[in-house]
Amino acid sequence: MNRPPHQISRMSLHRFANPTRFLRIADAVSPWATGLAVLLLAVGLYLGLAVAPPDYQQGQTVRIMFVHVPAAWMAMACYSLMALASAIALIWKHPLADLSAKAAAPLGAGFTAIALVSGALWGQPMWGTWWVWDARLTSFLVLFFLYLGYIALWQAIDDPTRAARAAAILALVGFVNIPIIKFSVDWWNTLHQPASIVRMNGPAIDVSILVPLLVMMAAFNVYFVALLLWRIKAEIIARRVRTLALARVEPEAGA
Amino acid sequence: MDQLSTYLAMGGYAAFVWPSYAFAALVMAGLALASRRALRHSARQLAALEAGDRGDRRARRAAPQDPSS
Repeated sequence: MNRPPHQISRMSLHRFANPTRFLRIADAVSPWATGLAVLLLAVGLYLGLAVAPPDYQQGQTVRIMFVHVPAAWMAMACYSLMALASAIALIWKHPLADLSAKAAAPLGAGFTAIALVSGALWGQPMWGTWWVWDARLTSFLVLFFLYLGYIALWQAIDDPTRAARAAAILALVGFVNIPIIKFSVDWWNTLHQPASIVRMNGPAIDVSILVPLLVMMAAFNVYFVALLLWRIKAEIIARRVRTLALARVEPEAGA
Repeated sequence: MDQLSTYLAMGGYAAFVWPSYAFAALVMAGLALASRRALRHSARQLAALEAGDRGDRRARRAAPQDPSS
């Protein structure tokens, strides 16, 4: 255990911030998460496409819900996670927080794109339009641009410390949008239906459709965790590569 | 066969149901592949750098072609 001194002090401050420890845990969890994600996706697709009956009002288009709702849910959960990680990065300088937020962003952008596209494909047959500029749809489009802006900010600033800081501030400011998305269906008149799973009186969905939906939500969740572990690991290794490359260049340049 | 085409027709909504699943599959498979590739790429870079550090620096200075550049 010969660590450089700065790592020892950092370890005593943040016992769980140690990237080596993280990598050890991630390597142990990763295969299980990947396997579980594949299994849940297979079961969810089977239930959603084969077992669930067509809805009495929406017909077969109700099956779009099994990708639309989990994707939209994960898009918001992922952003909330990024905002939390960004706050931790800014306040406690946790060495993994920035990397976690950075690693999560493309996944969130992907989920947001899926929710927007599947929503349009659902809106056309059910509402008679691909798109309306109402509160729910517009705030969700804003979420997509927040993800893109966050990713672009990381790429635009060369110095990783400054890029991390700027991106973290953007993620935190953009977090305002999350409650707006959540409550947009209650605050404004909209074509979008209100919340039907998380309600005071219990879900407003029949079990035959609720179960496939919950399985798909779990599947998207575990898929996110599995990919996030790969991506954080890749970021940790990339940072180590950068440090090693710098350490190699500097003495040679000084000589 | 007839049953299959009825199923695939999705009650006349095939043009909306299947593209939404296809798009989701495309995005999620693409993200998985890209994430795997990024992980492999940085792992290879790290291995190359560490091998270089253990090896002699003199040899590298004599022949300064860095494979990563």
